[in-house]
Amino acid sequence: MDLFLGIDVGSVSTNLVLIDDRGDLYLNPLYLRTQGQPVAAIKKGLRMLQEILAPQDRICGVGTTGSARSLAGVLVGADIVKNEITAHAVSALREVPDVRTILEIGGQDSKIIILRDGVVVDFAMNTVCAAGTGSFLDQQAFRLNLSIEEFGRIALEADNPVRIAGRCTVFAESDMIHKQQMGHSLPNIVAGLCEALVRNYLNNVGKGKEIHSPVVFQGGVAASAGIRVAFQKALNMDILVPKHFNVMGAYGAALLSRDWITERGAETRFRGFEVVSCDFRPRSFICKGCPNACEVVEIRQDGAVLARWGDRCGRWGVADEKVEDAALSCSHPLR
Amino acid sequence: MKLTYPHMGNLYIVVRALLTSLGLDLVLPPPTSRRTAELGVRYSPEFACFPFKLNLGNYLEAEELGADTILMAGGVGPCRFGYYAQVQREILRDLGVDMEMVVLEPPDVGYRELTDKVRYLVGDCSWWRVVKSIRFAWQKALALDNVERELLYLRPRVLEPNSLEKRYRTAVEEIDAAPDSRAISRAVQEFFKTSRRMPQRQGRFLRVGLVGEIFTVLEPFANYDLERRLGRLGVQVERSIWLSAWINDHLFGGLLRVKGGLKHADRLASPYLNSFVGGHGRETVGGAVACALQDCDGVIQVAPLTCMPEIVAHSVLPSVSRDYGIPTLTLYLDEQSGEAGIQTRLEAFVDLMAARRRKGKGGMLDGSFSGY
Ligand code: SF4
Repeated sequence: MDLFLGIDVGSVSTNLVLIDDRGDLYLNPLYLRTQGQPVAAIKKGLRMLQEILAPQDRICGVGTTGSARSLAGVLVGADIVKNEITAHAVSALREVPDVRTILEIGGQDSKIIILRDGVVVDFAMNTVCAAGTGSFLDQQAFRLNLSIEEFGRIALEADNPVRIAGRCTVFAESDMIHKQQMGHSLPNIVAGLCEALVRNYLNNVGKGKEIHSPVVFQGGVAASAGIRVAFQKALNMDILVPKHFNVMGAYGAALLSRDWITERGAETRFRGFEVVSCDFRPRSFICKGCPNACEVVEIRQDGAVLARWGDRCGRWGVADEKVEDAALSCSHPLR
Repeated sequence: MKLTYPHMGNLYIVVRALLTSLGLDLVLPPPTSRRTAELGVRYSPEFACFPFKLNLGNYLEAEELGADTILMAGGVGPCRFGYYAQVQREILRDLGVDMEMVVLEPPDVGYRELTDKVRYLVGDCSWWRVVKSIRFAWQKALALDNVERELLYLRPRVLEPNSLEKRYRTAVEEIDAAPDSRAISRAVQEFFKTSRRMPQRQGRFLRVGLVGEIFTVLEPFANYDLERRLGRLGVQVERSIWLSAWINDHLFGGLLRVKGGLKHADRLASPYLNSFVGGHGRETVGGAVACALQDCDGVIQVAPLTCMPEIVAHSVLPSVSRDYGIPTLTLYLDEQSGEAGIQTRLEAFVDLMAARRRKGKGGMLDGSFSGY
C-alpha cells in the first residue's frame, strides 16, 4: 500500500499518522510522549511503525509539523515541513469541510484559527499566558489526584461551578486552592476550573475573533468533557470534536505531504526506516566569528554534520545538496 | 571626548559619517547582540520597552571600549521615548558608570536648543563644514536605503540567499568606509550589478508590508531578523519606514522629496486615526493603508511589547483590514519573545496570504515553483 506519513513533534507529545492516497487514516495513530527528547521520540515512533507495517507498504511522502518540525524534517527527510497552524487547518477542513472556527488546545500552545470558505483568514496563538493549555490542566489534575480523563468527567457532575479567577496560571491556581479550602465540592471546583480556562482562552487567544459555527475543537485537551461543555456554554454553540482530535497536526502534515507529492509526481525524500539506528547528536554553540554571537544549533548523524540553524550570516550552512533542499521545503509554504 | 550612540539598524553608518567628518572621536558599541540585551535587561526597569533596554546595553558595551559621552535623541509627545535619555542617565549614574549624556531634542521643539548642543559638540568648526558633513551623511543614508531596498526585492528571488546577503554586507561595509560621494555610488553600483546577475527563480511573489515602531522595524536584532525570515519564506518585504525618509522628516522638516515620507502616511491614516498618538502610531496606520493601496498581500506590524502608540494603531488596524480586504498580523517583541513562536506565526501568515491569493486570483500562481 502506498502510504503518507505525518509527524507532529511538540514539546509534550510526538504523534505519527499514516494515511493512504485517498487521505484516509491507515492503522492507528501513534501517540508518544516527547519528554524533552524529540530525537528519541521520533526514533521510537518510527521503530514502532516499522514493526507494524507490512512488507508491501511503502512510504511515498512525509510531512512534519510541531515545534520541532525542522529537526524532525531533517532527521527523517521530510518532503514538506509545515507550521502547526496550517497543519491543523488542513486536517480540520478534511474532517469538517465547512468548518469556520478551530479551537486547538495542546500541551504548551493553544490557538484559534478562523476560516471562511475553506481558507484560513485569521489566527492567533497564546502569547502572554499559558493558563489556557493542556499542561496547566495536567498539573491541576495531578494536584487533585485525578487522572486527566476523570478530571474531565467529574466536571460534568457539577451543580454549581465556582467562579475561579483565571488571569494566568498563578492566579488560577491560588484562587482554586482558596476555593477548595472554603469547602466547595470537587466537581464544582473542577467545573469552575474548566470554565476559567475557557474564559481565559477566549479572552486571550480568541479576543476580537468572530467565532462562527461550525466550531471544531481539537488538540489533546479536547478529550476533556468538562472543557467541551464549558466551551459549549460560553459560546452557546455546538462543539465538534473530530475522532482523532489529538493527532490532527500529524494528520494535517500527512495530508500536505500527500498533496505535495501527488501534485508534482515527485519522489519522496524519506530517508527510510534505517534512520532509527543512526546516532543523532544535536548540540549548540555560540559562534565567535563576529560580534553577532549567534547561537548555532547543529545536528550530527554518526559524526557527520546533517544540518545547522541559527547563524545570521550563512557561514555555518551545510553544503550538502539534500540538506539544502530540505531547508528549502521548510521555507516554502503550501501552494 | 569619546562619543558613542545607540544602534538602530544601519543608522550607525550615517551618524558615523556625520560625526567623523566633523572631526569628532567615536567609539561605537559592538552590534547589538544577546549580550547587549542581557546587560540592558539587567539594569532596566522591567516594563521599559525593548529599545530602551537595548540602548542601555549599547552604552555599557561602548563604555567598556572607552566611550565617555553618549549622544542620544530626545522626543516629544505621548511616547515614552521622550524621557528615555533622562532615565537612562539616572540608571548609569546609579551604576556608577561615568558617562556624559548629550540629548538632542528634535528640531520641532526648537532649532535653538539643537544648534546649541551641536555647537557644544563640534567646538569651533564652521557651519559650512557642518552643512557639508550633513550632506555627506545624507548621501550615505540614501545609498544604504537603496541597497537595502534591492536586498528586500531580491531575497525571495535569488537561489542563493546566503551569497546575496554576503554581497549586501560587503556593500554596507564599503558604504561605511567610503571617504567621498564617488566611493559611495561606486559601492551601490557594484552591489546592483553583481546581485542582479545572480540566478533567480521566476514567478509572482507574495508582497508583505512592514509597518510599526521605527526601532523595531529597523533593528534586525530587535525584530528577530524578521525581514530575513520572510525573505526566505519567499516573501518580498515592502518596508514603510526608511532611514532617509525619517531623517528628512525629522531633521530636514520634510523639505526634501523622498519616498515614503511622513506627510503622506498621515494623510492616509486620517480616516482612521486623526490625532498624534505619539511614536509612530499614525504612520503605522497610514503605512498599512499605503500597503493596501500598493496591492500588498498582507501587512505585518511590529512593535515593542507595551508600546502605547502602536497599541493604539493596532486597535485601528482591523478597520483598515476590513475596508481594504488585507490581512494584518501584529507582533509585539521584547527580550522574552520566543523565536519559535515568531517563526510559526510568520509561516502561518505567509500560508494565509498565499491561500487568499490563490482563491482571489484563481490559478494565477500555478506552476511548479511559483516562488513562495
Ligand atoms: S554565525 Fe555568522 S553572523 Fe553569527 S556570529 Fe558567527 S560569523 Fe557572526
